[in-house]
Amino acid sequence: MRQEELLLKKEEQVVFELRRLFEQYGYRRFEMSKFEEYDFYAENRSFLDSENILTFTGLDGKLLALKPDVTLSIVKNSRGSLDAADRVYYNENVYRARKEDKEYREIMQAGLEYIGPVDTYAVLEVLLLAKRCLEMIDGSYLMDLSHMGLVAGLLEETGLVGGKKKRLLKAIREKNVHELHEICESEGVSEEAGERLAALASIYGPFKETLPAVKALCRSERTRAAYAELSELSRCLEACGELSRVSLDFSVVNDMDYYNGITFQGFIEGIPNGVLSGGRYDSLVHKLGKRGGAVGFAVYVHLLERFWTQEKDYDTDVLLLYGKNADPAAVARAVKKLTKNGERVMACRENTGDMRFKRLLSMEGGEE
Amino acid sequence: MEQVINIALPKGRLGERAYEVFENIGYGCPALRENSRRLIFESRENKVRYFWVKPSDVAVYVERGAADVGVVGKDILLEKGFDVYELLDLGMGRCRMCVAGVKGKRPNPELTLRVATKFPNVAREFYRKKSREIDIIKLHGSIEIAPILGMSDVIVDIVETGTTLKENDLEVLEEIFPISARLIANRVSYKFKNEQIQAMCRKMEASL
Repeated sequence: MRQEELLLKKEEQVVFELRRLFEQYGYRRFEMSKFEEYDFYAENRSFLDSENILTFTGLDGKLLALKPDVTLSIVKNSRGSLDAADRVYYNENVYRARKEDKEYREIMQAGLEYIGPVDTYAVLEVLLLAKRCLEMIDGSYLMDLSHMGLVAGLLEETGLVGGKKKRLLKAIREKNVHELHEICESEGVSEEAGERLAALASIYGPFKETLPAVKALCRSERTRAAYAELSELSRCLEACGELSRVSLDFSVVNDMDYYNGITFQGFIEGIPNGVLSGGRYDSLVHKLGKRGGAVGFAVYVHLLERFWTQEKDYDTDVLLLYGKNADPAAVARAVKKLTKNGERVMACRENTGDMRFKRLLSMEGGEE
Repeated sequence: MEQVINIALPKGRLGERAYEVFENIGYGCPALRENSRRLIFESRENKVRYFWVKPSDVAVYVERGAADVGVVGKDILLEKGFDVYELLDLGMGRCRMCVAGVKGKRPNPELTLRVATKFPNVAREFYRKKSREIDIIKLHGSIEIAPILGMSDVIVDIVETGTTLKENDLEVLEEIFPISARLIANRVSYKFKNEQIQAMCRKMEASL
């Protein structure tokens, strides 16, 4: 085993592999400052997962924030436009409030963004890279695809807006068919439109095989266009031999103000939350006053921490005990010699009994 | 290979009734019927493992993936807001979330309304929609006493038959929403054990 593999935790190794992968595909590293002005996040609050942002006052009196997100900063600084693509990746800590105990925590994210003229190839490239990332984490992964255009299109047909539309979207997210029916009934939405929403929420299955069920739900121009996009992606993935482990699931929904096309999520067996999340977010790019589209994803590296954690069997490989007459220089020479063999060595005066080691050496007075 | 499905059941009558449904559709676990203080039961034959947990914790076990599916009251889902799939309304454990107050007394609309409840989020949401300013008094049980002692103007609580209210001289003032037990699933388990969970859902729906 190489020295770095020995020292790096598995999730750190994965991050290095991901970065190598992103570089190979022409993505450049985006290094961002630790802080952004608070107003920037306040203006785009609904894009962020959490309402809470860690803030403090800068030396010039301006309110600053520890970044809760990287994508916003990347889009703001991107040179991507309708004519030229900007491919960027990042590996950064972000600061978010934990829902359960309302405490802030630092979490590590790695991800990439493609900003510019997004065509089918760009979406395919990002999807394939997301698949590669999942594969690098573990072979038993699954990826779910959804399309916000299709979800938004079907919601539009109900005629409901604002809070009522949000309730429908929440029910789709929860695959809550009875709630969808209840809302539609109490709000006077036609039974037929309600049925189609319920069918959309229930859909789950292999990408290609599930497409016909989606097609049957599409009646408007908007939903048909979304279907055509999904269908083309399915063809491309199949042609690349990458259709396996990809499913359709419309409960993968993101904020409709920002996301407008394909959205996707990645899962690893044994980790109870999605470890990868991404999608097409042209609307965010436009909101930040830029032209062009964008698609990207993030890997939630902090979720991988426990996945590989193994009980540590030993505190050290060698416990080297030296007597009180031992020459310190001789002890130092012995330690150096042992570490040269790649072993971890701990030199102590006595064995206190609470140390776990593979072998015990002792030296009295002179050399070992 | 079929994997074991982990099911979190709420301790108490609702959990027992839910288990009966699971048993009737082929997910029985005979050991569970034996009187015992154990909390985990497994049937290798039917590929299920049951846990008895506190009702308000069921969704926690499911959200964190310790259980693949669970049975939980809608009141708890609405109060705490969990990121899980809500697959079925089991129609059992029916009751209502209500506002109740001392019989014949109406709270003074000019004063901040003092609300005693175990469900502060539900109460807050309900009165926010009505633009009514409230003072929440969070209690953990025997909510009915609060308005009798004059500590609160009303209570927001679950009403099943209304007997407890009646015996304490209280009455329902408004209904907030109906409640029943739901079958929930972990978002990731739903994908990795999809066929099994879907089959369970179908059988369950047919049996209701």
